[in-house]
Amino acid sequence: MRISITVNGDPVAQPVDPSDTLLSVLRERLHLIGTKWGCLTGDCGACTVIVDDRSVVSCLQTVGQIDGADITTIEGIAGRGRMMNDLQEAFVTHGAAQCGFCTPGMVVAAEQLLRDGVEPNGAAIREGLAGNLCRCTGYSKIIDAVLSVALARME
Amino acid sequence: MRSDYAVVGKRIPKLDAPDKVTGRTVYADDLKLSGLLTAAIKRSPHPHARILSVDVSAAEALPGVYAVIHAGNVTQRPFGFGHDNTPLKDRVVRCVGDEVAAVAAVDAATAQRALDLISVDYELLPAVDDPFEALQPGAPRIHDELDIEGNVSMEWNFQTGDLAEAERRSAVIVSGSYSSPQAAPAPIETHVVIAGFDADGALEVISPVHMVFMYRKELADCLGLDWRRITVRQPPVGGSFGGKIDIDAHDFIAVMLARAARRPVKLAMSREEEFTGTRTRQPIHFQLRTGAAADGTLLFRHAEVVSDNGAYNAWGSHALLVAMNTVTSMYRVGTSRLNAKVVYTNKNYGGSVRGFGNPQATFAVEQQMEELADALGMDPMDLRLKNANRPGDVTPQGLEITSCGLSECLETVRRKSSWDQRRGRMRRQHRGLGAAAYVHVGGGARIYGSDGCGAMTKIDDSGRVALISGSSELGQGSETALAMIVAETLGVPLEAVSVSHDDTDVKPWDVGVHASRTTFVAGNAARMAAAKARDELLKGAAEVLDRPARSLTIRDGVISVPGEPTATLRYEKAVRRRLLREGSSIIMTSAFYDPPTQRQDENYVGNISASYGFGAHVVEVEVDPDTGMVRVLGLWAAHDVGRAINPMSCEGQIEGGAVMGVGLALSEELPVEDGRFPAPNLHDYGMPTAMDAPPIDVTLIETADELGPFGAKGIGEGGIILPPAAIANAVADAVGVRPRSYPIRPWKLRRWIETGERSHVDKRPQLVRDVNAR
Repeated sequence: MRISITVNGDPVAQPVDPSDTLLSVLRERLHLIGTKWGCLTGDCGACTVIVDDRSVVSCLQTVGQIDGADITTIEGIAGRGRMMNDLQEAFVTHGAAQCGFCTPGMVVAAEQLLRDGVEPNGAAIREGLAGNLCRCTGYSKIIDAVLSVALARME
Repeated sequence: MRSDYAVVGKRIPKLDAPDKVTGRTVYADDLKLSGLLTAAIKRSPHPHARILSVDVSAAEALPGVYAVIHAGNVTQRPFGFGHDNTPLKDRVVRCVGDEVAAVAAVDAATAQRALDLISVDYELLPAVDDPFEALQPGAPRIHDELDIEGNVSMEWNFQTGDLAEAERRSAVIVSGSYSSPQAAPAPIETHVVIAGFDADGALEVISPVHMVFMYRKELADCLGLDWRRITVRQPPVGGSFGGKIDIDAHDFIAVMLARAARRPVKLAMSREEEFTGTRTRQPIHFQLRTGAAADGTLLFRHAEVVSDNGAYNAWGSHALLVAMNTVTSMYRVGTSRLNAKVVYTNKNYGGSVRGFGNPQATFAVEQQMEELADALGMDPMDLRLKNANRPGDVTPQGLEITSCGLSECLETVRRKSSWDQRRGRMRRQHRGLGAAAYVHVGGGARIYGSDGCGAMTKIDDSGRVALISGSSELGQGSETALAMIVAETLGVPLEAVSVSHDDTDVKPWDVGVHASRTTFVAGNAARMAAAKARDELLKGAAEVLDRPARSLTIRDGVISVPGEPTATLRYEKAVRRRLLREGSSIIMTSAFYDPPTQRQDENYVGNISASYGFGAHVVEVEVDPDTGMVRVLGLWAAHDVGRAINPMSCEGQIEGGAVMGVGLALSEELPVEDGRFPAPNLHDYGMPTAMDAPPIDVTLIETADELGPFGAKGIGEGGIILPPAAIANAVADAVGVRPRSYPIRPWKLRRWIETGERSHVDKRPQLVRDVNAR
């Protein structure tokens, strides 16, 4: 089949096998390598992208089901003409990235969490990010970064 | 302590963070090369079997397959510590996951089809996955090609002092058994290696390994290559925690496939292979006894140890080296004895995972400290402080303690956790506090002939300062710390400094990243090279300013003469002044730092590290006595880091290590059933999520080590060592039973609560009375 999707604002039309994963289309066809894979079983969250205002693990998402969808990856999170958004800047200044391998998925998941209006407290953010594993940071600085943006965006 | 540094001690975001948060960082699996093939490995499904035949003809005939290799069609020599392993197994497989054959194909689907077409005939052999069974007479022999008894691959024996005499003098002796599980480093990025030969036969390997020079030598030794013609490049590493420290069978296999296919190959481990085919943390079983006088003075410690390192030695066999340091040198213990056996079993084998034997040993030693305190009627913190290591101590193994903030660490977590008001007083709510403290190498670890690292600096005409370091960045922030050390030493802004460390053709030699050594050893090398560059800079500026070089200072890139506000020169100008003229020169310097330490002798005595790191944790838990579920409510951590070059990165190491330690304590485990891991995936493994991780309060204790760069000591491993012991102690405080093994799973804790698992205490009332009467 052929799918038409929007990726980071760009229209993309690709011939695909409906059972191809969104992850493989992003990484191998579109060379958007910012989206990582850590397990291919949906357990680590490193491949998280936004599909129509939902956080999705792209390793389990087959493209046959998302024709017409609007997709945002780490490369598109900041928006056009910007290097980083406030959340990415907060990750940098709070020391929330170490090896960086979970970071794209973590940033994308946190961005969607913020857009969904997560309550600005540590417990709610921890719950909202429980699908994204980080092995380096112990999560403290990630939670601090997301919390700082949640509070700032309320103002 | 000096605090007027321009860069050192500031909370500096990691230099690589902007690329990482925007998805720009290119890891090994992100690389594309022309003609790159996909490789895959055929692994043993059996824990122990004889290989009768390997038929690869159908796989070779499959279109799109470029190479199929097995032990019968390659040249390979044994590798690993003790040379007890080969990349492709030729006669016997000794664990599930053992590599039997491998393919390189045009894509992943073809590679997988080719694997399915390889047929291997096995004759099943009796397998043993329990180290105590493996020690029994009549147990299956796992390495019948080796001349060893009872599957014992190595022994570690240490003794000092008169144990019998120390026992006689002890008023209280506590004894017990303490066991740890097989666990995994489980970085989010699995192992990925890319290997290719150029047309002239030179080999390039791209791998996230972090002992690159040793890796190169082992590749050459095993595969008969000229190691002068091997380049190892290290892309950014998506986490290691020791898992990527060493060379593994799959590294050799990638090179053999590239050689056979005449094309570059990429071999990426699946998550299942990451658990079953790469290195794990070895289970270690301790029988420990500690004796003390009635006033709490420690009199002896005695450990009988069995380390279950699995099917092969690798470097995992050496976790006992670190465990031994803890048994003999944690607190002033004096008389001590350790007898350890490393035992082969038919399981995936152990490697050098973060902490390297210390979480296992500290689980035993630090539980016993609290058991001993309870038996003596002392507060456990008082017992620890009474026996704490102090500057100037030399431990039984010859560790020379210089900077040492152990007491300050203990006092800090005691105060911050309100220990004195709360410990032993929350049992009604099933809450408890537990503590633990550690000693760990903090100034390198001389395991090899050299413990050195090289560094080079150059300053170009723009003023760009390049540091080329022998070390590697794994995400821990060492690159940023090294840049800060160079900026501070030279007196230039941090933005002017770049760090390169990813190519063995360019960078100077280094042992590698292990043993919490990078900031200390690579940091000292960088500091020395930068100091030479500073001398050169000031020499050039002296000519321009017409003042003696020794009268000049440099800060924020401005060279000046104190007291003469007009006599200043930008450092870039000083560089250009000596470059853009006849008889020109540029600034390029180098240094090699090898710490003043000793390799331990045949009796395991020697000052292995140039300084030692210390730390203490208090953990608060809440136990549900009906389910056995343990929740960590808070964790207070104080670590002696010597000096925090970058406090934010120090906190990051401690917080990340602590949560990894919480995972070890409560949930992480690779249980074995019939010789296999039934669930080698991240769903079942038990890695903590953001919801499982407690809030962590970190205090950095600065003791300004005299040999560390700006006083810094290593902190990469400190955080992970304590949670298993501290959480076990907190559980004991909460519900009055003594955890004998971790992870402390609910079903285990429920059983201990039912059986009333207690400390084993031998009290000598007469000795207690004698002392009390004094």
